[in-house]
Amino acid sequence: MKFGALAVALVVVTACGTTPGGGGSTQQQPPTANIKPPDSIGAGEGQLNLIAWEGYVDDSWKKQFTQQTGCAVNAKYAGSSDEMVTLMKDGGGGQYDMVSASGDADLRLIYGGDVKPMNEKLIPDWNNFQTYFKNPPYNTINGIHYGISLQWGPNTLLYNTQKFPNKPTSWAVIYDPASKGLITVPDNPIQIADAALYLSKTKPDLKITDPYELKKNQFDAAVQLLKDQRPLIKKYWALASDEISLFQNGDVVVGAAWPYQTIQLKAAKAPVDDTIPVEGATGWGDTWMLATKAPHPNCAYKWTAYVSTAKVQALQALFFGETPVNTQACAQMEALQAGSCKQYHADAPGSYFDQIKFWKTPIAACGDGSNNCIPYDQWLAAWTTIKG
Amino acid sequence: MLLLTPPLAWFVVIYLASLATLLVTAFWTIDPFTTRIVQVWTTLNFERILEEPAYRAIISRTVVMAALVTLTDALLAFPFAYYMARVASRRVQTLLFAAVLLPLWASYLARVYAWILILNHNGVLNWSLTSIGLPAPDIGYTNTAMWVVFSYIWLPFMIIPVYAALERVPDSMLEAASDLGARRWRAIRDVVLPLSLPGVVAGSIFTFSLTLGDYITPILVGGAGSSFIGNVIYSNVGIANNIPFAAALAIIPVAIMAVYLLIAQRLGAFEAL
Amino acid sequence: MEGFWTRLLLRVWAALILFFLFTPIVLIFLYAFNTSNIQSWPIPGLTLKWFSSTWSDPDVTSALGLSLQAGLIATALALVLGSCAAFAIHRMTWFGKETVSLLFVLPLALPGIVTGISLQAFFSFGGIPLSTYTIVVGHTTFCIVVVYNNVLARLRRTQGSLIEAAMDLGANGFRVFRDITLPLISTSVVAGAMLAFALSFDEVIVTTFTAGAQNTLPLWIFGAIRLGQRLPEVNVVVSFVILITIIPVLIAARLTGGGATRVPVAATEPPTTTSTAPAP
Repeated sequence: MKFGALAVALVVVTACGTTPGGGGSTQQQPPTANIKPPDSIGAGEGQLNLIAWEGYVDDSWKKQFTQQTGCAVNAKYAGSSDEMVTLMKDGGGGQYDMVSASGDADLRLIYGGDVKPMNEKLIPDWNNFQTYFKNPPYNTINGIHYGISLQWGPNTLLYNTQKFPNKPTSWAVIYDPASKGLITVPDNPIQIADAALYLSKTKPDLKITDPYELKKNQFDAAVQLLKDQRPLIKKYWALASDEISLFQNGDVVVGAAWPYQTIQLKAAKAPVDDTIPVEGATGWGDTWMLATKAPHPNCAYKWTAYVSTAKVQALQALFFGETPVNTQACAQMEALQAGSCKQYHADAPGSYFDQIKFWKTPIAACGDGSNNCIPYDQWLAAWTTIKG
Repeated sequence: MLLLTPPLAWFVVIYLASLATLLVTAFWTIDPFTTRIVQVWTTLNFERILEEPAYRAIISRTVVMAALVTLTDALLAFPFAYYMARVASRRVQTLLFAAVLLPLWASYLARVYAWILILNHNGVLNWSLTSIGLPAPDIGYTNTAMWVVFSYIWLPFMIIPVYAALERVPDSMLEAASDLGARRWRAIRDVVLPLSLPGVVAGSIFTFSLTLGDYITPILVGGAGSSFIGNVIYSNVGIANNIPFAAALAIIPVAIMAVYLLIAQRLGAFEAL
Repeated sequence: MEGFWTRLLLRVWAALILFFLFTPIVLIFLYAFNTSNIQSWPIPGLTLKWFSSTWSDPDVTSALGLSLQAGLIATALALVLGSCAAFAIHRMTWFGKETVSLLFVLPLALPGIVTGISLQAFFSFGGIPLSTYTIVVGHTTFCIVVVYNNVLARLRRTQGSLIEAAMDLGANGFRVFRDITLPLISTSVVAGAMLAFALSFDEVIVTTFTAGAQNTLPLWIFGAIRLGQRLPEVNVVVSFVILITIIPVLIAARLTGGGATRVPVAATEPPTTTSTAPAP
């Protein structure tokens, strides 16, 4: 049994990696692939238990949902997208209905059997989604949707405009000893991918093509870059508010951030701005996923349909500083805050998404069919040694 | 005997069973992709901890900090508790006691967060010192900041047992000592200190173990290179879902505290809790 | 016996410690009125808007409700179990006494993260879903210790002769308990209950690992701190909690620690002191 589980897992890892992107070819079926999603949404169960990012279940749109559907929403806020994986163990434990997971957790949830297929036809606004987010590789496998895309955002370079009168154009500034003790980066193992992305442009002989699929020498180079960066770091920020406080109080002048921090700091009149450097950026795409043992599936579908509507998508985007996947949300955003649609790239053409390397779970299987890429648990171990 | 059954059952069934589960898990491992526990007996987790210098650095940082905080709190608390127990009037004594208890009701998180405001670059401390012409210490987001905040947060847990122990020192003993011609400081050294030692040891159990197991203060006020054992445990449980490795790490503070408690029991600290 | 200078020095020291203890709390009060949701010094401006937004936030009220509920149940359970344990240990003379008393101190002395993850592993191993009840179980485990310590400390200082005398006078076990033992231990029970409740109310680490979809107040605070969008609301709630606990804390201090027995007989009958326990 024990060895059996291990063997199955290995097959899974091998098989799903050999066909990256999922476009057309067959990948190893996740354990829940045969669970048939419903064809219609029944009466609400009166309750809905969500695991979400802080700010994803805000009162300003939650209230109306409860009024419309009678589903009372309970949200548990997770600290990291991977903490969500822990909470979702055992299909949500018969307790949680949905999780707003990011791309780096999705594959683990899907292959862990913790989430089950969803019927996109029950979500009317799905047809209005940006093409990339209808079937992104992080939540759709063999054409089966293990969740409905929600919002996305880039990881940006945030800087103090007084210390950097000219907009920095490269991620090099966060590896530059000139800013020693004035730099902050996220306290997240996925940060190794940011270093790899930078190296893919500055050290072409490493031949890094995908920052989430790193061979040993590529991984070591990225880790070494981060170890060299360590003495320059003031703090590895764990909470968004930490980074806001660091910039506001003059402890740091440059760092990696989300658009959220920029918006909050600008609202407080702090001299900051953000940019996507020439090397490109990593980004996250979030998905509402349905727990295998969801006790309130009808309320869950009603919720997904509700948060996919242009109005709610726009509300959430402006509240959190991220970009809706529903293209119709653009007009709603403009109505709420002029110029915001363009500012958040909600009107971006399909080609734009080539610049953004969306988070996905690093696994042993590489895109070229070989099986010697560094998996996520080693990313975490390396991150511990980097931070010290 | 009948009385003991329910509480003992609670402890054995819930607490000891939990600790035992943890201990066993430490010898298992996880499947790296699905993060499900694989129940194969292995000492791999312990080897990883012993081999990697970063873990050793984190463990020694945590233990040294716990010891420093304990020492600091003992030094801060003793004169204060002495004043409370032996100098202050009864009324003042009650007020001081309440003043020590009251911060425990102000959320731990909110108090740590207030310290960020004090210690950061443009914060209260730097501002106050530079405005009276002193150099700014600029200790925000460093290990020094963690030392200050930990000492602050756990100080009441040291003051109360030390105060309790000092109050139990009978006046008559001190009078006897001074009647015998002992100088004031000698009386304190030879009579008060030994009698209050169990109180200090009892307080040190709290300050030491609380610092040893914390992971939130390092996240909030620490800088680069401020990880504690607790942070590594937390990221392995919460982030990687590697409970076996987390369990192996958790055995370290358990072992340290086991030794500490046995010594404390010898010193009579449990009577002073 | 202390000289003038020693007294002065001790007084100055006490004042400094109080300043150290209360500076952050003063800041918490002040920043409840902050116009910005980012804390920076000096405060950019004052407003009352967070007070109304806090009380109209259903997350705050439900978290507060859950914390009260969990705290009260855990305290009640701890009172029963902790007092039982204290009586039993007090009467016991057999060799296992040392071991058992060490066992009871464990949840207090072992780091909270150890208690937290072992309980979580235990619940997941036993297939018990995390809920309000698992929070209560976690809290009760360390609350028992606080009550146990307080009651035991009082019993140790109670002369057994009182009870024997009552027995000699023909009182039965129940009457002895009601008329002698209960009045003797009542203040220590009150003090233990107060502290147990305080610990449960502010517990973060064990709760993080034992809570299901529910948020206790400290968990809500941690969530609110993460994005910091409504940071001043945290200060509003904390200020409110401090204000309403001043009176009960003063009463408890008076009952238990505040030199209630600082009279000449102190030498023979030491005061009962409150033992505190940290959030494990």
